[in-house]
Amino acid sequence: MHEILARQQLSPDVVRLDVQAARIAQIRRPGQFVIVHQAENSERIPLTIADASPDCGAIALVIKAVGKSTGELAALQPGQAINDIAGPLGHPTELIKRGHALCVGGGVGTAVLHPIAQGLHHRGVRVTSIIGGRTRAAVIFEPELRRLGDLIVCTDDGGSGRKGFVTDAVRELLAAGGVDIVYAVGPVPMMRAVVNLTQPLGVRTIVSLNPVMIDGTGMCGGCRISLGNETRFVCVDGPEFDGHLVNFEELTDRLTTYHDFERQSQACAEGQCRLG
Amino acid sequence: MNPETTNHEKTYPMPNLIMNRAPRSEAAPPPSGPPTMKQRLQITRQPMPALESEARAASFAEVNLGFTEAVALIEAERCLQCRDPRCVRGCPVGVNIPGFITLLAEGNLAGAAKLLLADNTLPAVTGRVCPQETQCEAACVRGVKGQPVAIGHLERYVSDWARAHPAPPAAPGTGPAATGRKVAIVGAGPAGLSAAADLAQLGHDVTIYEALHKPGGVLVYGIPEFRLPKMIVAREVRRLQEAGVKIVCNVVIGRTYTLPELREKFSAVFIANGAGLPVFMNVPGENLKGVYSANEYLTRINLMTAHQFPRTDTPVLRGKRVVVVGGGNVAMDAVRSARRLGAQSAMIVYRRTRAELPARAEEVHHAEQEGIRFEFLTAPVAVTGNAQRWVTGLQCLRMELGEPDASGRRRPVPRPGSEFILPCDVVVVAIGTRSNPLLTATCPELKLNQYGNIVVDEHGMASLPGIFAGGDIVRGAATVILAMGDGKRAARAMNEYLQRVPAPSAAVPGQNHS
Repeated sequence: MHEILARQQLSPDVVRLDVQAARIAQIRRPGQFVIVHQAENSERIPLTIADASPDCGAIALVIKAVGKSTGELAALQPGQAINDIAGPLGHPTELIKRGHALCVGGGVGTAVLHPIAQGLHHRGVRVTSIIGGRTRAAVIFEPELRRLGDLIVCTDDGGSGRKGFVTDAVRELLAAGGVDIVYAVGPVPMMRAVVNLTQPLGVRTIVSLNPVMIDGTGMCGGCRISLGNETRFVCVDGPEFDGHLVNFEELTDRLTTYHDFERQSQACAEGQCRLG
Repeated sequence: MNPETTNHEKTYPMPNLIMNRAPRSEAAPPPSGPPTMKQRLQITRQPMPALESEARAASFAEVNLGFTEAVALIEAERCLQCRDPRCVRGCPVGVNIPGFITLLAEGNLAGAAKLLLADNTLPAVTGRVCPQETQCEAACVRGVKGQPVAIGHLERYVSDWARAHPAPPAAPGTGPAATGRKVAIVGAGPAGLSAAADLAQLGHDVTIYEALHKPGGVLVYGIPEFRLPKMIVAREVRRLQEAGVKIVCNVVIGRTYTLPELREKFSAVFIANGAGLPVFMNVPGENLKGVYSANEYLTRINLMTAHQFPRTDTPVLRGKRVVVVGGGNVAMDAVRSARRLGAQSAMIVYRRTRAELPARAEEVHHAEQEGIRFEFLTAPVAVTGNAQRWVTGLQCLRMELGEPDASGRRRPVPRPGSEFILPCDVVVVAIGTRSNPLLTATCPELKLNQYGNIVVDEHGMASLPGIFAGGDIVRGAATVILAMGDGKRAARAMNEYLQRVPAPSAAVPGQNHS
């Protein structure tokens, strides 16, 4: 059992849980994730570790409540617990040793971006973070990222920082030159848009993928993606990949596989279930 | 040697000392004494009662219902008590088969259970899932002129009886003396559980690390409820825990801890982390929505209980027409699961013929009873999809058997121009697995073969002292019982190894968990 030590509402639908997981807190590295299984009948969900405190034996998980399972996780209060957490899984982020990195985060992906920016900063890499959300309230990890370097905030409605998409700011910074690598984490359309900007310029771009996953140890193959002409399993080969090789169209499509089920599950949780 | 084993290896009295009785049928009255050889030979193999095939269509309830006591006693008397029991040699864990069957025939069920458990940690499991027809029962003398003794069904009967009649807990202090040696086992599947049982019995302090949230390995994620109820696995696991074995779930060796870290904390390690990455067909369309690996399909249903969705949270696509590619037990499990999930058509596509199907005979038989269609001599070349990228069919080629290949089996070769499409909405790929690199990648000194499987010597020891391995990480894809055999062999070798190497200076005190 993993006790919830603290809970923070980051935005209307995004919650940060600091959860007891001493071993994982001690050894996790940027980019790694855990599989969370809240209770007996819950799904197994992959969540990237947003932060960790080896001293407190805690890891931070950032959850966007989009369906029944994530909704239940996000509703957990301090003192309650998560049954099972396995990890840290996946390969750590490939961090450059020097130079200038653009760290691009969208929505809840900004939570995943945070440890990457942290890792880069600790190595002495110059970090420019560009983060965004629909509204000011949807922007998360702003103070944390501001401590690690330059920060540009973009909102669709201009409620905070610049008005517009993160890609607008990315385009400008790329045009200014001197960018050695781009790390992009967020909704698939955002990562795809960033890759479309960097590819013609040949700027290396790492994306962090979050497909459907069950065991997280390579056993099921549900998280497979096409990378160039080859199949890769995100859980054991990733979760981060060269964005220029990822087949985003297929990834976007595979992420819709269970949409009908998710609606049904949600309806059931809200007491409208006619099945059962 | 277990002295009890030899005590029970007795033979029946001479036939001329026994009262003559009429040959017995299922309805016969209880025996007044052991039957004569002639009488034994006249008893026909007792059929396993099973759910009606119609009743199985929408139910994951176990298909085989098990023998009644009366039937078990009749079947037990079919055993001729051979002086040189070939069946025992046919068993990968060497169960004293004539011994437990004799005790069963005598009505001494407690004795039969004790004897069986001494050789086999998971008899309720193997009695259900072993391919008896190629092992013990293949060697049975009764099979020469007729049907072999139903050893698997008797094993199941005795172990189910034992579960319903648990032995009283051992009195404190009567368990094995603690050796103070700590051993780790990676993976709580059949190999790991078997090794754990034997090592705990020898007094070692055993910790099993399991990557998933529930112990059992393939017994919980792979083999469906209708073949192996999960309650049985849970009971066997609990029995091990009561014997002092510690099971720590959600620990992925290679990630949470590395193998070198385990070596520092434990005097010996047994790696039994199982099969790994699923093999896909490498044909176009394989990443369309509706294509599953058998591992994913079965894990969703078995471990995550997706058949109970939305009562439980994990979904699975319920195809109307499901095609499963492959001919092994995993393929049978998948196709029969599809049927139970409501598929109107559930079909096996296999590139050789019925004679080459690697699955257990009983699974094929049950599948046929359940209306599973078999397309033999058929190989997939592509998965077809619609504009929304959902599966619409499996494009196949007809095959014919050509010259034998290296394995001695005739190689299937495509018949030119024979392409056709099997319409379907779900495709399950059950053509095997390759080794999982998660653990081995953290210990480069560990010697692997060209397929990434751990290389072991005849005792199950890997290339590093104190590191043993068994089950699918060594064999590639194999069976539950072979994995269990590896576990037993490794436990023996680990025990010998622990006696050879000095104990750590500070012995671990108070480790007697019995």
